[in-house]
Amino acid sequence: MTHFMPPQFTAALPEIFVLLMIVVIMMADLFFGEKRRLIAYGLTQLTLVVAFALTFQQLSLGTLTTFNGLYIVDPLAIIGKLFILALSVFVFVYSRDYIPTHHMPRGEFHLLGLFSILGMMVLVSSASFLSLYLGLELLSLPLYAMVALKRDAAISSEAAMKYFVMGALASGMLLYGISMLYGAADSLSFVTVAQVIHQTSDAHRLILIFGLIFVIAGTLFKLGAAPFHMWVPDVYEGAPTAITLFITTAPKIAGLIMLLRLLVDAMPGLVLQWQPILIAIAVLSITLGNFIAITQSNIKRMFAYSSIAHMGYLLLGVIAATPLGYSASLFYIFSYAIMAAGAFGLLTLLSHAGCEVENISDLQGLNTRNPWLALMMLIILFSMAGIPPTLGFFAKLGVLEALVKVHFVALAVYAIVLALVGAYYYLRVVKVMYFDEPHDATPIASTMDRNVAISINGLAIVALGIFPNALIMLCRSVF
Amino acid sequence: MLFNLSIKNLSLAIVLLPLLGAIIAGFWGKQLGRTWTHRITILLVGLSFFVSALVCKALFYDHMDGYYGTIYTWAISGGFHFDVGFMIDHLTALMMITVTFISFLVHIYSIGYMEDDKGYQRFFSYISLFTFMMLMLVTANNFMQLYFGWEGVGLVSYLLIGFWFHRESANVGSLKAFIVNRIGDMGFILGIAAILTYFGSMDYLTVFKAAPHLANATMTILPGVHWNVMTLTCLLLFVGAMGKSAQIPLHVWLPESMEGPTPISALIHAATMVTAGVFMVARMSPMFELSQTALSTIIVIGGAGALFTGLLGLVQDDIKRVVAYSTLSQLGYMMVGMGASAFSAGIFHLMTHASFKALLFLAAGSVIVCMHHDQDMRNMGNLKKYMPITYIAFLIGALSLSAIPPFAGFYSKDAIIDAAHLSIIPGAHFAYFCVLLGTFVTGLYSFRAFFMTFHTNERMTEYTRQSLKESPWVIWLPLVILAIPSVLLGCMLAGPMLYSQTGLLGNSVYVAPQYNVLQTMSLDWHGALAMFEHSIYSPAFWFGASGVVTAWLCYVVYPAIPGFFKRHFAWAYFILLNKYGFDAFNERVFAQGSVGLGRWLFYTADAKFIDDFFVNGSGRSAAWFSKVLGRSQSGYLYHYALAMILGLLVLLIVFLLI
Repeated sequence: MTHFMPPQFTAALPEIFVLLMIVVIMMADLFFGEKRRLIAYGLTQLTLVVAFALTFQQLSLGTLTTFNGLYIVDPLAIIGKLFILALSVFVFVYSRDYIPTHHMPRGEFHLLGLFSILGMMVLVSSASFLSLYLGLELLSLPLYAMVALKRDAAISSEAAMKYFVMGALASGMLLYGISMLYGAADSLSFVTVAQVIHQTSDAHRLILIFGLIFVIAGTLFKLGAAPFHMWVPDVYEGAPTAITLFITTAPKIAGLIMLLRLLVDAMPGLVLQWQPILIAIAVLSITLGNFIAITQSNIKRMFAYSSIAHMGYLLLGVIAATPLGYSASLFYIFSYAIMAAGAFGLLTLLSHAGCEVENISDLQGLNTRNPWLALMMLIILFSMAGIPPTLGFFAKLGVLEALVKVHFVALAVYAIVLALVGAYYYLRVVKVMYFDEPHDATPIASTMDRNVAISINGLAIVALGIFPNALIMLCRSVF
Repeated sequence: MLFNLSIKNLSLAIVLLPLLGAIIAGFWGKQLGRTWTHRITILLVGLSFFVSALVCKALFYDHMDGYYGTIYTWAISGGFHFDVGFMIDHLTALMMITVTFISFLVHIYSIGYMEDDKGYQRFFSYISLFTFMMLMLVTANNFMQLYFGWEGVGLVSYLLIGFWFHRESANVGSLKAFIVNRIGDMGFILGIAAILTYFGSMDYLTVFKAAPHLANATMTILPGVHWNVMTLTCLLLFVGAMGKSAQIPLHVWLPESMEGPTPISALIHAATMVTAGVFMVARMSPMFELSQTALSTIIVIGGAGALFTGLLGLVQDDIKRVVAYSTLSQLGYMMVGMGASAFSAGIFHLMTHASFKALLFLAAGSVIVCMHHDQDMRNMGNLKKYMPITYIAFLIGALSLSAIPPFAGFYSKDAIIDAAHLSIIPGAHFAYFCVLLGTFVTGLYSFRAFFMTFHTNERMTEYTRQSLKESPWVIWLPLVILAIPSVLLGCMLAGPMLYSQTGLLGNSVYVAPQYNVLQTMSLDWHGALAMFEHSIYSPAFWFGASGVVTAWLCYVVYPAIPGFFKRHFAWAYFILLNKYGFDAFNERVFAQGSVGLGRWLFYTADAKFIDDFFVNGSGRSAAWFSKVLGRSQSGYLYHYALAMILGLLVLLIVFLLI
């Protein structure tokens, strides 16, 4: 830190805008919230759309580091933010009516959500451990609160408590790891750490590896990979469905980008160390997630375990440690976020349309009650199972291709075999929706905007599955 | 000129016209109604016959060249071409005219025979389709198309045997025909596969040209055992011919096929389809001539069939079954001709047989119609009084079949017997003995049926007797037409077909010089008339005639004789009645064995082992594994933290210390 340079505020324009709007929404909700019920919702959507546009025009900036080396704008950050913002629009559409009908404060939900989104944006743009940690905490703290937003529900409070304690533990690990790296490199900047690692001989890397393991543990907690996954099922189940929807989409994208920042930007020199660690974690995640999901009767828990398995598949691309692999992982997380947004969005929609979905059996005969929603769910489930021509197929294909290219064939084969186990529980839900008789045969109505949103979501899965090239090329352009 | 009347275009017309008829009758038969259905199909098949005649004229009288070429390439895979093409030469032309001629007459005959049937249009569609398939078979210039036609005629045969599908016996018969033919076809397709492997082509000429170079090649399937490629290929192809042409032991389906309508028995199971195997062997003569083993197998199996299946005809009381066993026996004769390398004689017999056997079948059909579909000869007798035209027709057919000069059968059968006599192939002596004795048997059973049906006392019920009358003209006209070649074909064609310098078949068939028995025989040939005059020196005549006389003695003069034999040679009668136990053996070993194997595979291998152990077992173990893993999710926060810290510790220990 030799001399102070005035930061380029334009680089952080989207974040600054979101922060400003948070203040505005807080005030607006305080004064008009009782009379104009949709004011928080409307302003939040407006914020997201404008922030999206502001981020989009940054595409022309190229790579830019500012705020004294704390903040970076590069294609990875921009594309990550674009997806985070776009998916959040869908998330808020899906949960618009859920929040009031389930007696949760509307204003707080949107504010906390926006804070968390701001944290994600900071996180994906971080160029130093300091800004990374700042972003991570800003992302996480609102989430803990959101899980507990339904204060009278014991299960939600319990889940929030668990999430918070575990999250604190994970943060501690991460910080401890960062302190080790700082001790070794005498810098918090990713670039400097990468240089130091490069210059350190193998014999003197012990402290770096020590730090690496702690950092990985802390990061994978966010993604919810085994064995740092224990919070996932309880939180997914315990949190109100709209909150689960929020947790399972945008934060996952931020989590992967955080992992890429750490491993690819800061510690590429330790690839031989983190590769086997990730292999062990990926195998464990895929196995645990897929097998435990089989016996779940609660659909949110099932999706929770399925998400653990998906995180395992996601790591396969990182394990390949090639640009192709990273882009495949990025493709995978985008696909997963779209699918998860659709799946939980649908559950949210059903929940406030008078069909409280907790267990898989609650979906019985959905086809007779609302064929279009059943079809959308079918597409989402097929995609999650990786059946062509859906997006999920190309996501799996991409990571497996990257893996095979670097000769991890056995791992790829194992992943495919376990994907077959996974197909079982996804198809079981399809079977329940289409072939079982409903307990209650009343049709399920849905409103226009949510219908449009879920249709875009579901059809995008098919459309991107048939024409995956644009998204693949976008992900490849990042690395 | 609007149409280019090349051989190629004419052949296309011959093949496609019946297909057009089949499509029209099949898809729009209901809308067209009965009359228009038969008018259209008969017109198209008639045209096809007419064009065949044109092609024959062009080939035999104008001495034009035939046609050899590809019409359409179906698929190219690797270096292999799968084409649809024609090989139009003398052999094909003779087959085409035979097929279309018989088919045309059977079409006409069916108007009368199928008159009251509900499936009238379906029937005409099938027989037109059959004609198309058979023509595809005979015109093929490659093995794939041959196989297409081969399977096609098999399919239509199956459909037509089971035409009256509400009858149990018809379903059983059609299944039996289909299954037995599968066995033959498996050999056939293995033979084709061997050809594709060793010649790299399905094209006839390519294969025939390359065949002499591979005459001594060997292949090894079982380690340490070397097989001659040509012998194995020919034997496999012959297995196919055994199925289609009902040679022992794959003959069991043909008697059952009589469950189909009688015109079908005439067209498919006597005149055309069953001779496909004979045709195929003649077509492949450049290959079969290279393998003495194959020729020897053919002549022995053919000879055995000629005698032993003929004997079975002696104990049948069903008029159609007698004719059916006679078909088996005559197919044996044709195969003997093939095995003796007298291909021309075999094909000649094929043609004469097509005429007189179709005649016999259609005459039998006429009797059956008249008897209100009662086929048992024990209920007939003295029908000559009521149906004179059928009587004469049947008599001509039976005389021709029994090789009585100057009827057609005499010339062709005598040639085969002579050929077997002169042949130097191992097994030819056995075959000679069989065909000679077979001639006696033929005369005996043919005239047994003839006398029992048309002479002796009237045994039918009074009700039936009152309605006995000659069949309508659509039925008797084909009989009259068929009677002409049954009488004349022999003396007309014997010279050009068998003994002239180039032979009517020309270079369609290849005969190795050392096996050329017909050339030896042609030295004694002084014309058909001379052969007729000298027939009293021919053993065939004497055996045939004594068969006829024996039949007359046994069934007309002294009806007690058969009863005497039945009592005193009960064991022989028993053997014949049980058809040498082929059916019982198949029933016990193959049918029950297959059922047993199927049961074992289902209950033990599939249900217990695969389904329960592997499929459900993996499901069960996955569920069990899931439960075990699921227990880790205890819900206690300190367990969760412990898992996280343990995970971290393990990573630290593994990657830092080790």
